Amino acid sequence: MVDTVKLTIDGKEIEVDKRLTLLQACELAGAEVPRFCFHDRLSIAGNCRMCLVEVEKAPKPVASCAQPIADGMVVRTRGPVAAKAQKGAMEFLLINHPLDCPICDQGGECDLQDQAMGYGKGISRYDEMKRSVQEKDFGPLVKTFMTRCIHCTRCIRFMEEIAGVPELGMTGRGEDSEVTTYIENGLDSEMSGNIIDLCPVGALTSKPYAFIARPWELKKTETIDVMDAVGSNIRVDARGREVLRVLPRLHEDINEEWISDKTRFAVDGLTRRRLDAPWVKRDGMLAKASWQEAMEAVAARLKGRDGARIAAIAGDQVDCETLYAAKLLMADLGSPNLDCRQDGMAVDPSVRASYLFNTTVAGIEEADACLLIGCDPRHEAALVNARLRKRWRRGGFKVASVGPALDLTFPVTNLGAGPDSLSRLADGQGGFAEILSTAERPMIIVGAGALARSDGAAVLGAARTIAERFGAVTGDWNGFNVLQTAASRVGGLDLGFVPGPGGKNTAAILDGARSGEIDTVILLGADGFDTAALANAFVIYMGHHGDAGAAVADVILPGAAYTEKNATYVNLEGRPQHATRAVFPPGEAREDWAILRALSGVLGQPLPFDSHAELRGAMQKAVPHLAATDEIMAAEWEAFGVSGAMADTAFASPVGDFYRTCAISRASVTMAKCSEAFVAPAAATGTEG
Amino acid sequence: MSLARGRPSAPEHQPASFAFTEENLAEAKATIAKYPAGRQQSAVMPLLYIVQRQMGWVPVAAMDVVADMLEMPRVGVYEVATFYTMYNLEPVGEYLIQVCTTTPCMLRDSDGIADACINHLGIGWEETTPDGKFTLKEVECLGACANAPMVQINDDFYEDLTPQTMVGLLEALARGETVKPGPQNGRHSSEPEGGPTTLKGGA
Amino acid sequence: MLQDKDRIFTNLYGFESPGLDAAKKRGDWDGTKDIIAKGQDWIIDEAKKSELRGRGGAGFPSGLKWSFMPKQRPEGQPAFLVVNADESEPGTCKDREIMRHDPHKLVEGCLIVGFAMRATAAYIYIRGEFYAEAVALQKAIDEAYDAGLVGKNASGSGYDFDVYLHRGAGAYICGEETALLESLEGKKGQPRLKPPFPAMAGLYGCPTTVTNVETVAVAPTIMRRGGEWFASLGRPKNTGTKIFCISGHVNKPCNVEEEMGIPLKELIERHAGGVRGGWDNLLAVIPGGSSVPCIPKEICDDVLMDFDSLREVRSGLGTAAVIVMDKSTDIVRAIWRLSKFYKHESCGQCTPCREGTGWMMRMMGRMIEGNATIQEIDMLLEVTTQVEGHTICALGDAAAWPIQGLIRHFRPEMERRIHAYRGSAAVAAE
Repeated sequence: MVDTVKLTIDGKEIEVDKRLTLLQACELAGAEVPRFCFHDRLSIAGNCRMCLVEVEKAPKPVASCAQPIADGMVVRTRGPVAAKAQKGAMEFLLINHPLDCPICDQGGECDLQDQAMGYGKGISRYDEMKRSVQEKDFGPLVKTFMTRCIHCTRCIRFMEEIAGVPELGMTGRGEDSEVTTYIENGLDSEMSGNIIDLCPVGALTSKPYAFIARPWELKKTETIDVMDAVGSNIRVDARGREVLRVLPRLHEDINEEWISDKTRFAVDGLTRRRLDAPWVKRDGMLAKASWQEAMEAVAARLKGRDGARIAAIAGDQVDCETLYAAKLLMADLGSPNLDCRQDGMAVDPSVRASYLFNTTVAGIEEADACLLIGCDPRHEAALVNARLRKRWRRGGFKVASVGPALDLTFPVTNLGAGPDSLSRLADGQGGFAEILSTAERPMIIVGAGALARSDGAAVLGAARTIAERFGAVTGDWNGFNVLQTAASRVGGLDLGFVPGPGGKNTAAILDGARSGEIDTVILLGADGFDTAALANAFVIYMGHHGDAGAAVADVILPGAAYTEKNATYVNLEGRPQHATRAVFPPGEAREDWAILRALSGVLGQPLPFDSHAELRGAMQKAVPHLAATDEIMAAEWEAFGVSGAMADTAFASPVGDFYRTCAISRASVTMAKCSEAFVAPAAATGTEG
Repeated sequence: MSLARGRPSAPEHQPASFAFTEENLAEAKATIAKYPAGRQQSAVMPLLYIVQRQMGWVPVAAMDVVADMLEMPRVGVYEVATFYTMYNLEPVGEYLIQVCTTTPCMLRDSDGIADACINHLGIGWEETTPDGKFTLKEVECLGACANAPMVQINDDFYEDLTPQTMVGLLEALARGETVKPGPQNGRHSSEPEGGPTTLKGGA
Repeated sequence: MLQDKDRIFTNLYGFESPGLDAAKKRGDWDGTKDIIAKGQDWIIDEAKKSELRGRGGAGFPSGLKWSFMPKQRPEGQPAFLVVNADESEPGTCKDREIMRHDPHKLVEGCLIVGFAMRATAAYIYIRGEFYAEAVALQKAIDEAYDAGLVGKNASGSGYDFDVYLHRGAGAYICGEETALLESLEGKKGQPRLKPPFPAMAGLYGCPTTVTNVETVAVAPTIMRRGGEWFASLGRPKNTGTKIFCISGHVNKPCNVEEEMGIPLKELIERHAGGVRGGWDNLLAVIPGGSSVPCIPKEICDDVLMDFDSLREVRSGLGTAAVIVMDKSTDIVRAIWRLSKFYKHESCGQCTPCREGTGWMMRMMGRMIEGNATIQEIDMLLEVTTQVEGHTICALGDAAAWPIQGLIRHFRPEMERRIHAYRGSAAVAAE
């Protein structure tokens, strides 16, 4: 039962939850109150003074964003008192603002512009010199134009509270106050780009997007990110055939309204190193070819070949439709050798709970203790880490890790580097065992760093033992989680893109290619392993970037990147979501499913669908939960993993360089700059120290 | 020392590192102990003051040392160091002459005091004499208004000045003499000149 | 006139030692244990009876303020008395004298007032520039600890109470109580939003009351002589004695403890040697520190120096810092200098103050020579009202009021300058 209070806002009586602030109550009453500094995911600053309203019996207008409500309050948001205060604040904000909207990147999507229309005077009475503020260097991502800053401190609060990297502050005082890092280091946070969205003016804008476009020129497409397995909801803004920027889209259960810097800024990689035409190797050299020549070269290789000699490996950004079509094709080719785990992660495809983030991202907020096993959530799934931090900030949340000691922006007790520490914990030894056993909703997060190794199945088994031993899986709580890093992975496992009976997994395929047992390998955007192993095999690479996989290819079939196709992705929680085409693939490149369909035709065994819709229908029939968009089908808890000896080597995160984890981000100039600014210096210190 | 404090001034002066002297480290630790456990950030201002006493000013490297010692974000120390006017963010002369020019002093001819300093030392506000002896700074009310006009030199207040006594004071300091702080016109403290109108019989 | 026997600060000028022995001879630390033995309610009741109002400027009834502190707290939660010794209001130099000449009054006051509000410790926040004062006060604190007057079982009362000194580093805004708390917590001195009020969540989130030095320092004497004695001085609701700081164009600037409600003219003539050039040479007085509006001579002629009398003439007693300006004063420049002060001291946190103080200062700067239009006087006045009442703390009001006082009483002078400037500009153009 929620306590409510009654208050009168602009003559309208309203009954609301008494924990609301006056600003929120005003919104519920339909009264629009202007604001700059207030943001409902940040602490209350109350500094912009735009949201002043008149409260009966109060001696002065009150800042509604910070005002607790009380029964019987009578509030006027539009009367002369409030209007004078709001218009006064607006005028003060504008006197030292350069009003350089025509050359400002925020133009057209600027809170100050918008609210000046409603509360501004139209003319300036300010006859003095305007302030100018020295530019700051916030690194490769965030461009500053600090003369425009209105000192709302949203960026400072975001960096401290959400990102957990308190590198921004306001130095000096009075009208000479400046938002700054002071020492001119770039903002070393994987979440820094969000301050661009938070900045209500053009003080902080996107450096890579500087002077590129106006918002009204852009075609905006709501879609899904694939830079990690989180499935952040994004909006892709494109002009013509080029994606110009990516912005977050609100999804409370996944990314809230944030995205990682890689999600936001890797998009310049979409236009570089693209495979925009088919290539066929002739006389040892790859040469551009027509689609027909390429298809014929593939058909010539595949037709009549023993399926046991053929294999397929799917990469990290392949969509479900493509995986499903490829799986059917492999069946038609008679090959059981297929795997969507190019890193060799030892999850159990037959037990869905063994590979999902069962707690769900939002569910993290319910947990009261967390054990990290061989993962670095900050760099493997930045938004999961942000949620962990959010939970930690509320208090009563102890986190420990087995694996590398990491700075996750909140305190983590490191219990040891590898499996031996895990075994001790499984035996109930150590202080954290006590914390886990007393926790009501403990959670365990196992990363690829623990599972993608030869003893992965045993580690998985040990993790399951720990989960069961400490009550992490109960009737209404599943605290067992695998932190997937690949956007394609859960979809691939759900679809069974794994070795069939007698088939080979990734490691065996690579061994087979080395030994000659396997002589033809289809790579679906797969670049994340030692491709030298394929030197003796005939490699058919279908993908969008000229990365490691394409380098060893005999035939290249140019495909579509995630912004260029309508496709289903299942995120690490097991939540199917739809990506939507924002632009067309470049040049001769085609959507992947269509390539496979065409190839099957050339092979004389056409796949049973003629359109994307038919393909999706067939896929959803085969795996029904993929039809439940944005819903999570809870996974049954069953036995998985093996009990066996674990190696004594330490767990290591698969993400060495956060900014360069896939073909797109590796092609991005912006990501290269970030890597140089933030990863290289750290690595240098590591080796020298 | 200008108020635009968005980035460290005088990078050429900034030392690469800083360490408290043994004695100052002990004082810093004793200072931290004055505040409740977990509230060590309260000691940031006293610690910066100790830095300034040791160095004559507060370099960035020292701010970082203080931040790490108090387990607070470095930017939090930068904010504090740039907010409060008493922290010198670049080196100053042996004598920091702070001339109060706020209205109560202004009414008692702080203009004359300021001019006397500027002309005698041959430097402007925020400047240091070439011999490194004097730095001149205009400051706001120092709270000795019944003894205006006045200046603060390093820790000490010199009050009831005239342009002539001000120059005399500067000359004495230049000669290396110490001058007794307080009123420079024979007053004891803030009693009316010539003797108190109250408390004449003692307590 | 107040008689010496009713003066509290008997070593105001430091003719005697500030040390413990001398302080005891002056009556400090006399029967402190017995006062505490009478209990919290008795002390607060006496404070209420005395009608003591806060000496920091706002004049809030002290007994009432002390009673806001929670009587019961969760186990282990401390509560604090924070003494505001950040004396920085231009014109004001009274707390300085208490701290360097009569510090034991303050230290004893900390114990008594702190006990009354059930505080566990006192932090005295002294402005950083007061170096000698901090040294003197720390010496007094150390003496009090050594003599067992504060600390464990303070003065043998059975009550444990610590007193700490914390030095500021140059920021007027830290005289605002919540900015002071921020500063004491090791942050920039930026005022907090209220609610929550410090009595509920103050220093370190614990119940806290912030009180001016003089308010705390008079408490022991009030407790010893009784609230009724204090209330018998001055006028109802404006009782007791008060340290006045008289600066500017008087023959003998000084600090003096006088009876609340003394006529301004008497105060100046009796203690400060009169206005330079005689009373008729008076132009205006800022009667309560830089934040209050000035009053012209005709008001000064008979106004009484207390909270309510000065409020009636649209000014205020503030800190009782009397800044006297004779007819030689460039009144516009004098007020502009205050505008410059507020612009310099604005913390920069909230918009109207951060932007408005600079705007007001610049307009005032032009008004000195008259480089403005008549309409700009009205605009300036309007800007002051756009700042006033719209900021997080009272610095915005403090920046607005001196200008409002100037325009209220000296608009003709401002207009004269504008006409003169425009006239000379017109001549020059010909």
